[in-house]
Amino acid sequence: MSVKLRNRLTPSRRGRACPAPVIAAVILIVLTASFSATQAQEINGFFESRVGARIYKDPDQKDLSIGEARLQLETEKEFDAATLHIVADFIADPVLNEYESDLERGQGAIDLRQANFLFSPHDSADVKIGRQILTWGTGDLLFINDLFPKDWNAFFIGRDTEYLKAPSDAVKTSFFSDVVNLDLVYTPRFDPDRFIDGRRISYFNGQSGRRAGRNAIVQAATPDRWFEDDEIAGRLYQNFRGLELALYAYRGRWKSPGGFDPNTGQATFPALSVYGGSARGALWRGIGNIEVGYYDSEDDAEGDDPLIRNSEFRFLAGYEQEVVTNLSAGLQYYLQRLSDYTDYVRTLPAGSAKADENRHVLSLRLTQLLMNQDLTLSLFTYYSPSDADAYLRPKAAYKIDDFWSVALGGNLFFGEEDHTFFGQFEKNNNVYASVRYGF
Amino acid sequence: MKKHLSRIGFILLILLTNPPAGFPAEAALSAKAIVEKAVAAAYYQGKDGRAQVSMSITDAQHRKRTRRFTLLRRNVSGAGVIGDQQFYVYFHRPADVKKMVFMVLKKIDKDDDRWLYLPALDLVKRIAASDERTSFVGSHFFYEDVSGRGMDEDVHELLEETDQYYVIQSRPKKPDAVEFAYYKNWVDKKTFLPMKAEYYKNDDRAYRRYTVLKVELIDGHPTAVHSEMKDLIGGGKTVLNYAKVKYDIGLPETIFSERYLRRAPRKYLR
Repeated sequence: MSVKLRNRLTPSRRGRACPAPVIAAVILIVLTASFSATQAQEINGFFESRVGARIYKDPDQKDLSIGEARLQLETEKEFDAATLHIVADFIADPVLNEYESDLERGQGAIDLRQANFLFSPHDSADVKIGRQILTWGTGDLLFINDLFPKDWNAFFIGRDTEYLKAPSDAVKTSFFSDVVNLDLVYTPRFDPDRFIDGRRISYFNGQSGRRAGRNAIVQAATPDRWFEDDEIAGRLYQNFRGLELALYAYRGRWKSPGGFDPNTGQATFPALSVYGGSARGALWRGIGNIEVGYYDSEDDAEGDDPLIRNSEFRFLAGYEQEVVTNLSAGLQYYLQRLSDYTDYVRTLPAGSAKADENRHVLSLRLTQLLMNQDLTLSLFTYYSPSDADAYLRPKAAYKIDDFWSVALGGNLFFGEEDHTFFGQFEKNNNVYASVRYGF
Repeated sequence: MKKHLSRIGFILLILLTNPPAGFPAEAALSAKAIVEKAVAAAYYQGKDGRAQVSMSITDAQHRKRTRRFTLLRRNVSGAGVIGDQQFYVYFHRPADVKKMVFMVLKKIDKDDDRWLYLPALDLVKRIAASDERTSFVGSHFFYEDVSGRGMDEDVHELLEETDQYYVIQSRPKKPDAVEFAYYKNWVDKKTFLPMKAEYYKNDDRAYRRYTVLKVELIDGHPTAVHSEMKDLIGGGKTVLNYAKVKYDIGLPETIFSERYLRRAPRKYLR
């Protein structure tokens, strides 16, 4: 099994289940308490129904790619010294049909998206502690220095883009000055991606050499010791007259499994450090951005351990502008370059599919606003000339009024081979529709 | 004879490019000076300002939409001085845009810098400067109507002076960059607030009309608190209401930074 293929193993973490009714009760109590505390306290959110179907029959999956009803409730409560912010989703999901809540993986009847306190211990410092969504970096749906957890299942089955970001349980401390600003995020217990594990999305299983889904749900050994299996991420940044510069560092683990333990048959999350930088600013008639990062796979420093992912160099350059009124286009070039490629090739087990040294990806985002901006047509395309595969995300979203909106979209994968990054998901091609009431 | 004609042509040319500063002759202010005062009165009151803005949008099919946001504005060059400006727009309604922030550094001599903050993703998105003459948040107001059109982008001419108004006609220096042939502004002679504006196509047909419905004196600055923009051809209009307007609230420059995109400055938004 090649490193490249192993990376696509997508195991799961068990044993963190919490009883749904308890959590539901806690959240409802907090929401009600904050509501009754002051009349002015607002509860916002939405109710949404979303249904999608697979285009191809996949014997290893259900025919419905998504089928769920979701209620999101959000409230914010200001105390003297801090602000409490809670966002909780209540979900009925007959497709997955697992209602035992696992807040870490965001599965079951409740997905607690945010529950944090924000305060300023000093004029030039902010602290956010608790469950939160974290994002930084300059890529558009391509990430280099953003090592906060992603939910690739949500992304591929057609949930709203906001669900690509999974919450972190962390402390974010920010320091601000005229010279430079610093963010430090400490996650006391490793927060992995909600990675592709076969339960909802079929993937290429390197062990069997073929695509697999619910028949081969990947098992992973997720490090979960408090304060030992921790993560730390930092960003130094400043805006110099519109040019935004940043330096990043991360110490933790591969966020989706990057290793395999032959003794247990489980996928693993080997140690990873990332160092990088980015720049973003006005360029010609639009916005240009560039970002680099070095992924140091510390458990395979020489690149000769076939069971652990090699180190990588990653690069991204993008440009976006309004092409004509109400039509904007964003183009990105992304490179993933394997380090120690000769060692990788030398130690690759016989019969494994070999990854290219350089994986090139181009992305194009087109967005057209129509009908007083009530109708948005968009298409996001990933295309890899080196892997000869592609991923298209077409979407039409219409706002019926201030409360109701509907959307139609698809997730379409194409590939010449079964094992490439996007090509492996070809059997998961799906279309979906949603109705949302926001309040 | 030929020489004579060319002299007339020369005089006409001078008249066209350099129109006499208002008729009758005693008018002291040039068109440019009036426009400058109007821009200062409409967009540069005080050092900074805040307003709770609500927009009621009615489309041609009589469907209604609303937008509610808090607008913070700070002049980089000081009170009443036309120059660069910072804007912070915090959305309250409708629900799908709640807590989103749109931040603009408006620059007189260059394209604006713009950012959008999407709270559900905690994403600070840099957005490309767009056509200034496109709808602001789906309303009949354009970006330019909200933040002001660059004075030097048009050639201004004082058409008429009534008891109440200076009537200014403005023609774009780059006609291809805009959708109008020219527009007229009725500038109040006392307050210098533009009280009405009409935009015309080449056939002299007015197709878009801005009207101030109510002016209030706030912190010493006459302020258009109630106004509307009408689409005279397609139908539909947007009514704009400014509430809780306050000037010189002491907005620090740091409010217009990534820190406060991610963390709304509640103290100034109320």
